[in-house]
Amino acid sequence: MKTIKEQLEDIPGTYVFTKERSRLGLHLNLFCTSLLKAANREEFLRDEPAYLAKFPLTEEQRRAVLERDWIGMVRLGANIYHLSKLGGTDRKTFQYMAGCMTGMTQEDYRAMMLAGGRSIEGNRSKSEQKTGA
Amino acid sequence: MAKIIAGLGTSHVPAIGVAMDEGKTQEPYWKSLFEGYGPVRKWLAEVKPDVVILCYNDHCAAMPPDTIPTFAIGVGDEFKPADEGWGPRPVPVVKGDPDLAWHLVESLVLDGFDLTIMHQLQVDHGLTVPMSITCGQPKEGPVKVVPIEVNVVLYPQPTGRRCYALGQAIRKAVASYDKDTKVVIFGTGGMSHQIHGERSGLINKEWDTAFLNDLTANPQRLVDLTHVDYIRDAGAEGIELIVWLIMRGALNDQVKEVCRHYHVPASNTAAGLIVLENR
Ligand SMILES: [Fe+2]
Repeated sequence: MKTIKEQLEDIPGTYVFTKERSRLGLHLNLFCTSLLKAANREEFLRDEPAYLAKFPLTEEQRRAVLERDWIGMVRLGANIYHLSKLGGTDRKTFQYMAGCMTGMTQEDYRAMMLAGGRSIEGNRSKSEQKTGA
Repeated sequence: MAKIIAGLGTSHVPAIGVAMDEGKTQEPYWKSLFEGYGPVRKWLAEVKPDVVILCYNDHCAAMPPDTIPTFAIGVGDEFKPADEGWGPRPVPVVKGDPDLAWHLVESLVLDGFDLTIMHQLQVDHGLTVPMSITCGQPKEGPVKVVPIEVNVVLYPQPTGRRCYALGQAIRKAVASYDKDTKVVIFGTGGMSHQIHGERSGLINKEWDTAFLNDLTANPQRLVDLTHVDYIRDAGAEGIELIVWLIMRGALNDQVKEVCRHYHVPASNTAAGLIVLENR
């Protein structure tokens, strides 16, 4: 019997916001939370590195923010709803951020959604994907 | 005597709010989604509830990453629309109902549900978009709202079973409120969607349809669903659907489906809506 954690980690292309990610990403997510204020958004956009220096982020997290490496930020503990504050600061939508994370072009991603979205078939588990079931 | 007369489940996709705020509801992308909202607006205008108990989840606008209540309730006179990173939505301030909210607090806590009590709560798209979907674009808040907020962001979210039990406790609490009050309860979020990771864009229409079907006649199957079931089959963010079970738990065992609407896509999401009346 697999543990809940093992079952969650077996879902492909998915980074469930667990205690590990929430600890790892706390300051990254606190930075995103600071962008709920318009004045902070302006200050951040004026000088991004200077603004980020106020938060105890790792070098990798800092780089991921500056490069808008959305999937990288998720891997480093950011939650998508926190990230949406950074996305909003850039005037970008959830669909834009999600599209970036898939590695598809924005056009292809939008077309996939209009055609009914990504199918669940073959996307339930990593083990299923390996066996080609 | 207060009474819950009906429940309503709906998605709360932020892009639906943006489409309304920017006057895009008649554009080809949005037209058929919004056409499906006609019957529910008509129904709600006829029913005219005094209060909506609106169960939803905040998306890290009111709840910071270092403080995450599992369940919270807004007891204020009013709730301002939150700035979610692109300025607050141009929608009216949401009117609260402190009397009913405090009655719920007391009844629920004495009943074993320890909700976080919030005098101030800025409400994000999880609450404002369902108001727009069901009430259109009035200049002032059209109905009093008691917000009940649920953590669906950080694992472990409450179980669907716990949400359903909370709904049952809300049913009991409302029944013991002595002011004549007509209540409709909303459960919002979902349906299937995933908006992070390489699996983004997941939609599971078959799963959603079964969820809508069983909400009326077989909620016990839904109550048994696990975190893994939701996240795997309805997408990581589809777990918002546990919030609908609070709504269902607050209704009678026997309910009648009044109307339903299902549309793909609203941005990244399968948008669902259902109205259930107590029998
Ligand atoms: Fe949501």
